Amino acid sequence: MRRVPFITLCLSLIFVLLLSACRSPAQETPAQGSPQSPPAQKELLDAILQRGKIICGVNGGLPGFSYLDKNTGQFTGFDADYCRVLAAALFNDPNAVEFRPLSAAERSVALQTGEIDVLIRNTTWTSSRDATWGDFAPTTFYDGQGMMVRAASGATNLEDLKGATICVQSGTTTELNLADQMRARDITFTPLVFEDIDATYAAYEEGRCDAVTSDRSQLAARRSVFKNPDEHIIMDVVLSKEPLGPVVPHGSPRWFDVVKWAVFATIQAEEFGITSKNIDQFMTTDNPEIRRFLGLEGDLGQQLGLSNDFVVRIIRHVGNYGEIYDRSLTPLGLTPRGVNDLWTRGGLLYSPPFR
Amino acid sequence: MREAFLQENLMQPHSAIPFWRSERVLRAAAQVLFVVLLALVAGFLYSNLIHALQRRGLSAGFGFLSLEAGFRIGETPIPYDPGDSYGRAFLVGVLNTLRVTGVGILLATLLGLVAGVARLSPNWLIRQIAAAYVELIRNTPLLVQLVFWYYAVIFKMPPIQESLTVGNLILISQRGVALPEISVTPAFYPWLGVLALGTMAAWIVWRVRQRYHDATGRPGYAWLFAIGIWALFVAVGWGILGHPLAWERPRIVGPAYEGGSILTPEFAALLVGLVVYTGAFIAEVVRGGIISVRKGQIEAARALGLREGQILRLIILPQALRVIIPPLTSQYLNLAKNSSLAIAVGFPDLFSIGKTIFNQTGQPIPAVVLVMGSYLAMSLFTSLLMNIYNRQVRFLEK
Repeated sequence: MRRVPFITLCLSLIFVLLLSACRSPAQETPAQGSPQSPPAQKELLDAILQRGKIICGVNGGLPGFSYLDKNTGQFTGFDADYCRVLAAALFNDPNAVEFRPLSAAERSVALQTGEIDVLIRNTTWTSSRDATWGDFAPTTFYDGQGMMVRAASGATNLEDLKGATICVQSGTTTELNLADQMRARDITFTPLVFEDIDATYAAYEEGRCDAVTSDRSQLAARRSVFKNPDEHIIMDVVLSKEPLGPVVPHGSPRWFDVVKWAVFATIQAEEFGITSKNIDQFMTTDNPEIRRFLGLEGDLGQQLGLSNDFVVRIIRHVGNYGEIYDRSLTPLGLTPRGVNDLWTRGGLLYSPPFR
Repeated sequence: MREAFLQENLMQPHSAIPFWRSERVLRAAAQVLFVVLLALVAGFLYSNLIHALQRRGLSAGFGFLSLEAGFRIGETPIPYDPGDSYGRAFLVGVLNTLRVTGVGILLATLLGLVAGVARLSPNWLIRQIAAAYVELIRNTPLLVQLVFWYYAVIFKMPPIQESLTVGNLILISQRGVALPEISVTPAFYPWLGVLALGTMAAWIVWRVRQRYHDATGRPGYAWLFAIGIWALFVAVGWGILGHPLAWERPRIVGPAYEGGSILTPEFAALLVGLVVYTGAFIAEVVRGGIISVRKGQIEAARALGLREGQILRLIILPQALRVIIPPLTSQYLNLAKNSSLAIAVGFPDLFSIGKTIFNQTGQPIPAVVLVMGSYLAMSLFTSLLMNIYNRQVRFLEK
């Protein structure tokens, strides 16, 4: 009985000593070389053509991008449609896709182990991911961290949020981006950090926070399920760059080319004004550029290892970029398209020429 | 034949049992073996950890603590700015945890004491209310209760622009409770001197009246006199020197309160949740302690003519304390550790900030060690204090 406090004291002391001892200089170890290069493997394109369908990694739970539609039992959304674009290009059948819903943590592993052929899961293109995860195809959606506020508050830019309480989810770079941007502008605010994404939006909707910050696409998706979506606006500010696009495993250059040019085809089609509705009128056009694009002349498709009419298949089955966008993202309120518009209209979408 | 057998086996007790069959040696060897195995396992785990960290280019050191943190924290008991280091950010988390734990332990003890005594009250209604409280709270998870307090109680308060007010001094809304902030004026220190004089005078009067009571047996009203004298000094000092204290009323400025001290909804939810939950357990500890006092003691006290309040204060509690303290200590420790559930209601405690640090630095192991170490140090320190106290209230046998 008597010795207990003494032992406790000793333990506390030992622990304090341990903690202070730990402050000794850390052993710096040089990062070990480059990540192991994947073993030489069969070109994925051949494997996919042989299999007859594409295995596509998606989110599965993000309205607007990829989620399971309760009525049809199909995966729907912007990302899901890009899986279908690839299936249409390869097999002339937009349904030759096997969807694999993946969590944020699973996606890199699924890519690296070759469990999926392509990852189209609102994944931000960064240099470290490009180096370790796989090859990033052109960006299909230029996302960015945004800020949602109540329309009644009248706030239109970050300066209006002086002194405000801002809800943010922990475990992402969102928290740091927010602090950096506000610091750069010398705006004071109170962050309220939640572990859980539902808690974050609940606190905002209940009025505990004046604003909530996250990726713009996520803000829009969440707003669409609010009680009164019209009472909230997504401010026209971007706190960080988040370009989202498909990723394919390292080591299959031909498959990578196919994915790249399938994406470009949807963008180029919109630039030419070709849609799934009016494509038949273009089949008789005299414009040599469009004739080459649609595979009526030349062998652009064959050079990629596809059929010459792969662009026609994509447009007929799924549509051009604008149609895909309008089908999934316009209903979320992600309008005007802003940077996700064609370069001819002041956006960032720009396809290299098909020739 | 038999002779020879005896001679060989029994007649030579000292011709040593071989060491591999000696119980003493075997026992010692088993212990040595166990320690060696344990050391090997620990060594393997440690080297594996270091190896794995090196392979990923991570270090197990604490050098990152001096880097710039960059993130903001909602509640900061000490000045903190995103330009400060991770170490300071972590300290803010530790202080937040200490704040909620300290206040929580104090209030939970009071609540538990009242509820524990109430469960043994001769009044039927009070007894039932106390029992209902204890059973309801003890048998539902703390996390659920925290979510209830935060989302179902605090969020249902009016928005800040329509704050409830108490005499224009206290404002209550979804954004928390704003109290007037009390500050000292130049008159404060002279007034403090008057206060000290008053306290001394009150003490003298108390002694005099107490002696009168002891000598004559008549009621001396010692406390009444003492408090009266003290109040007189305070009032006179206040009148002569002017207001020693000033308060600043909280105001609503845009989306926030300004001036005054603010109790945030997150702190309030966590505090209320912890106090109500731990209070129910402490109530049971207190009840157990009181029941452990022999009935004869109470009957004897009644026979001496002590009033019920006096019996509780002078007879029951001093004897019950020695039974109460050890389980009470573990309730305090539970409260301290349960405060890590702050993460569910967005309160920036040390666990929450530790997680942010780990996320930003990509140093999971040092960050987790730091968090665990802080809780361990806090708990051991609490145990230490409680054990010292326990020794003082122990039953001293003659």
